[in-house]
Amino acid sequence: MNRPLSPHLQIYRLPLTAWLSITHRITGVVLSFGLLVLVGMVLAIAGAGEGYGALQAFLHGFWGRVWLFLWLLALFSHFCHGIRHLLWDVILGFERERLSRHSLLELLAALGLTCLAWLWI
Amino acid sequence: MDLKPAFRTPLARALGLGSAHSGSGHWWRQRLTAIALVLLTGWLIWFLAQLSRLPHGEMLAWLARPWQAGLLLAYLVTAGYHAALGLQVVIEDYVHHPVRKLTALIGVRLGMGGVVLVGVTGLIRIIATGGAG
Repeated sequence: MNRPLSPHLQIYRLPLTAWLSITHRITGVVLSFGLLVLVGMVLAIAGAGEGYGALQAFLHGFWGRVWLFLWLLALFSHFCHGIRHLLWDVILGFERERLSRHSLLELLAALGLTCLAWLWI
Repeated sequence: MDLKPAFRTPLARALGLGSAHSGSGHWWRQRLTAIALVLLTGWLIWFLAQLSRLPHGEMLAWLARPWQAGLLLAYLVTAGYHAALGLQVVIEDYVHHPVRKLTALIGVRLGMGGVVLVGVTGLIRIIATGGAG
């Protein structure tokens, strides 16, 4: 049976594009909270120095590195999918084979950018 | 041909901006802030790299420089606005109870506005202390 299905979440196997779409929304919400962390960093820089020291110690520690990787991954996933949205807005990349190819490309780009930024920071 | 009388001119319909009363404004601002953030993300990574390397005094002086302070200000405002627009869509899609929806929408706007303002206040302090040293 390969007839078209209504996208019922327990029955219909979501294509990659659909997974990327919901991920875009989730990473968007996550990054909104990330903005709180960024403001926290700004306040640590603005402060007397103890907060800054603690922040740097955290960033250089194991969990800080893990946290940083996950944050960057959310950021660049959202970034790469966002660029596809901008391309879609000018009606580029809607063809079926391009949709799948761009989805893979987007994932690789997000992972690559995350690793580069993570290693640099 | 439509024989029903059209009492509203096309101009009136355009002025009303449709049922959302904002026309394509939300869509357009989301895209505009997205394009700005594509450009600003590179700076954010640079900022994080500096944060990871520089001792406190040097970081303070670096961020107090006009270009860096300006870019941080641009990032905070743009990202905060972009986040508020995005969270608004998420709320509109999932929260259907009218009171809860309105409360959430007000909360997101005030909350994001507050977060950005606190960030900007911190930045002003950085410029005041780091710029002098």
